[in-house]
Amino acid sequence: MTHAVEPKVTLDLARGLGLTADEYDRIIERLGREPSYTELGLFSALWSEHCAYKHSKVFLRRLPQTGRRVLQGPGENAGAIDIGDGWAVVFKIESHNHPSFIEPFQGAATGVGGILRDIFTMGARPIALLDSLRFGDPADPRTRRLIDGVVSGISWYGNCFGCPTVGGEIAFAPEYAGNPLVNVMCVGLVRADRIFRARAEGVGNPVFYVGNKTGRDGIHGATMASATFDEHAEERRPTVQVGDPFTEKLLLEACLEAMASGVVVGIQDMGAAGLACCTSEMPARSGMGMAVELSSVPQREEGMTPYELLLSESQERMLIVAARGQEAALQQIFAKWELDAVSIGQVTDGGDLVVRHRGDQVAHVPIEALAEAPMYEKPYAAPAWLRERQAFDPLSLPEPSDLGAALLDVLASPTIASKQWAFRQYDQQVGINTLVLPGSDAAVLRVKGTRRAIAVSTDGNGRQVFLDPRRGAALAVCEAARNVSCAGGQPLGVTDCMNFGSPERPDILWQFAEAIEGIAEACRALELPVVGGNVSLYNETSGAAILPTPVIGVVGLLEDAGQLATQWFKGAGERIALLGPDAVSLGGSEYLWARHGRLAGTLAALDLETERRVQAAVRAAIGSGLVTAAHDCAEGGLAVALAESCITGREPMGCDVTLGAEGRRDQALFGEGPSRVVVAVEASRQREFEALMAESAIPWRWLGTTGGDRLRLRMGSTTIVDLGLDSVEHAWRNGFEHHMA
Amino acid sequence: MRFGVVVFPGTWSDCDFHYVISEVIRQPVKYVWHRDRNLDDLDCIVLPGGFSYGDYLRAGAVAGRSPVVEALPEFLSRGGLVLGSCNGFQILCEAGLLPGALMRNECLQYRCQSTHVVVDNVETPFTRALRPGQVLQMPISHGEGKYHADIETVRALRAHNQIVFRYATAEGKVTKAANPNGSLDNIAGIVNAEGTVLGLMPHPERAAESAMGGTDGLLLFHSLLGSLVEDGTFSKR
Repeated sequence: MTHAVEPKVTLDLARGLGLTADEYDRIIERLGREPSYTELGLFSALWSEHCAYKHSKVFLRRLPQTGRRVLQGPGENAGAIDIGDGWAVVFKIESHNHPSFIEPFQGAATGVGGILRDIFTMGARPIALLDSLRFGDPADPRTRRLIDGVVSGISWYGNCFGCPTVGGEIAFAPEYAGNPLVNVMCVGLVRADRIFRARAEGVGNPVFYVGNKTGRDGIHGATMASATFDEHAEERRPTVQVGDPFTEKLLLEACLEAMASGVVVGIQDMGAAGLACCTSEMPARSGMGMAVELSSVPQREEGMTPYELLLSESQERMLIVAARGQEAALQQIFAKWELDAVSIGQVTDGGDLVVRHRGDQVAHVPIEALAEAPMYEKPYAAPAWLRERQAFDPLSLPEPSDLGAALLDVLASPTIASKQWAFRQYDQQVGINTLVLPGSDAAVLRVKGTRRAIAVSTDGNGRQVFLDPRRGAALAVCEAARNVSCAGGQPLGVTDCMNFGSPERPDILWQFAEAIEGIAEACRALELPVVGGNVSLYNETSGAAILPTPVIGVVGLLEDAGQLATQWFKGAGERIALLGPDAVSLGGSEYLWARHGRLAGTLAALDLETERRVQAAVRAAIGSGLVTAAHDCAEGGLAVALAESCITGREPMGCDVTLGAEGRRDQALFGEGPSRVVVAVEASRQREFEALMAESAIPWRWLGTTGGDRLRLRMGSTTIVDLGLDSVEHAWRNGFEHHMA
Repeated sequence: MRFGVVVFPGTWSDCDFHYVISEVIRQPVKYVWHRDRNLDDLDCIVLPGGFSYGDYLRAGAVAGRSPVVEALPEFLSRGGLVLGSCNGFQILCEAGLLPGALMRNECLQYRCQSTHVVVDNVETPFTRALRPGQVLQMPISHGEGKYHADIETVRALRAHNQIVFRYATAEGKVTKAANPNGSLDNIAGIVNAEGTVLGLMPHPERAAESAMGGTDGLLLFHSLLGSLVEDGTFSKR
């Protein structure tokens, strides 16, 4: 062979690539011989947690994945749901946590790039991005550097590519300081009968490499994402890829044009583990084989070895199985968009992956062996320290003397405060579909040529999951779905991003297993299939894990785009109602953290049947035009929900509300509980609304009235908060932004 | 009126302009590929927003030297009109069809937000449907929209009434706080000396339907349509 001298394959080398001794033995057994260096690289990438989900798959199977509208469930580049009128939405959420910590700008940018490709690989045009971000304390300059880098990276890639960023959330907790979370969700639109899949069909069909040239960037990114960090994390910078959104935009247009012209049989994004992953997963899905010649791969560096060519994670590349005889047509389309499209091999029968380099065979492995990574069901157990945390009673803390000041503190807490600093750096409207911009419970996008619209939201509260993984994860599903319902959308499908610490620790794996159960329970109750997602484990730095953070993305449908709702009050003299139960808790609340610096207590009870009914009632009220505003009551409790409804519209609108008759006032203001929605109803429609609520069989009550320029909250006959909206708005607008200015 | 919407590699407002022209104002429209020089059957060329060629060199620098842009002087000389929005404005400046340059926003960040612009010149084919001093609400979305030109150029722009739009408050006051990108003199849009080429940073196509939050952007199109009545003279509202 003519390429550089390769290291000798040994157990130590395999370990260095992230494989265990058992796994190494298993490879030898499967091949009946020692693997070559290139083959070992293939196994190490495809058997990494990132590609194979080997610690999580047994749990993920418990999620409901089917439904009447599901066109594509997990296992492809993204899931797909039928939204009627011949259209489907394709969507998925993915993490880029590890790269973003090492190199925030490029890490986040390529996270956006990766999820965009997952969507357009399915034949869908991306129409919306949402980012779910978690950081440490923004008062820390190192954290600010991360925030600035991540937000700039998202802005740079998404804006240049031309897909609007319409939602997401940013939350802060010290547990994310050494391991921020960057989860990106993308939604695309496609004709329901024109969905493409990542399958290598048809013996003899040519295999085309299209897009960017291959360099040495990102080699072993998948393996890096499957390990914890230590103080040497910075040294891993070369494993982070570098993005080129312009090339991605060209790739989008070329791929969609090629798909429309009928020359594409199957297509897959070269994401994690690059060419190695595509050349094995595409034939694995169809039971075929593949033979490729690596020297044909377009390269931007000299002297790249077969190992490097297979494992490079250079961005903006795709593998296409084309229809035989259509090669020229495919090449013509890519030439028009000034992109490489080179035949590097063909689909074979026999089920083997055969890799050659300048004619020499460098790997020959059964694809089944690569695709069937070992599955682990490691022991797990609830951590002993959890009970102590749960045992804390927040009501043992004194009630603040000035509840108005407490509300301003909670509104100024970076997690609650306005994120306009980030969102104004994102194009939110390109494509002219965005009917509801970031800043309400869910973003709403129209489907041109129909009366329909989709509503999209992401949610996930690490503190709640930390205190009660099962209920906390169920709450995340409920809240994301509730956000969609509050916009008037019927939730149709879920994508989940599971961000956890090392699954090799029993307490972390327990969090993971419990969270999966919680998501499964909530999804079953709300009849929501999980059609795709991503697992990000090993989110630890120097042994300290992040808060367990499942992020849930929900896509819903509005049959009539004209019947959408937003969260802000619009007129004076309207009646305000609270739908849902009164049961709330300060355990794990934003108030307990922002005011007392504590993460402890128990969560309020969740009744999934009540949740389902409340959401149905909200949608019915919006659909019949009875409410002028609907806002989910979540972090910060009822006081924060009301404050947000007062100040987030075009014009501020005050309110006068009675929270309850008696009890702990801080709990009434800031207690958090599920299934609660604030709505505003025009006075003239009060009777109709009451009739609809009676039919809905849910707990609900009138709270007060809109009007004026103050936020006035009462308990019984006592006014406990009376604030001018300008001070409310000032606290909320500047709480996060003043750190970044 | 026959519109052509130019597509460069990296353009992304092309579909939005195409949609508004065909579905909202219902005029004939086609895409024009950046390599095309033949603009014979068109009355108005739109250079849309986006990141042509990634804007990797300078915003609009490569597109400003493309075949379709090289064909614009001839197109203009036979009576055509050119509207460049966002990246289109940057391209027109790079091509020398409009004076001045668009630099990085003063805040050094991308800005996507609603803006108000006050109309200073209603004597152009793009603004004839407007009243002097009228305020329009249109969004911006750019990282490089800070207009700059040397003092002689600015004097000439003023002297010939070429400054068409300036960032302002909702009431039409031209203030520093209303300037989203640090543009000289709050300039948001200018025309060439003949008034046949308009460049502006805001996105009129994103303010052309009430569902999208406003219809002020439509007034530019209404001006254009009113501008081609039977005898070639402009009709004013």
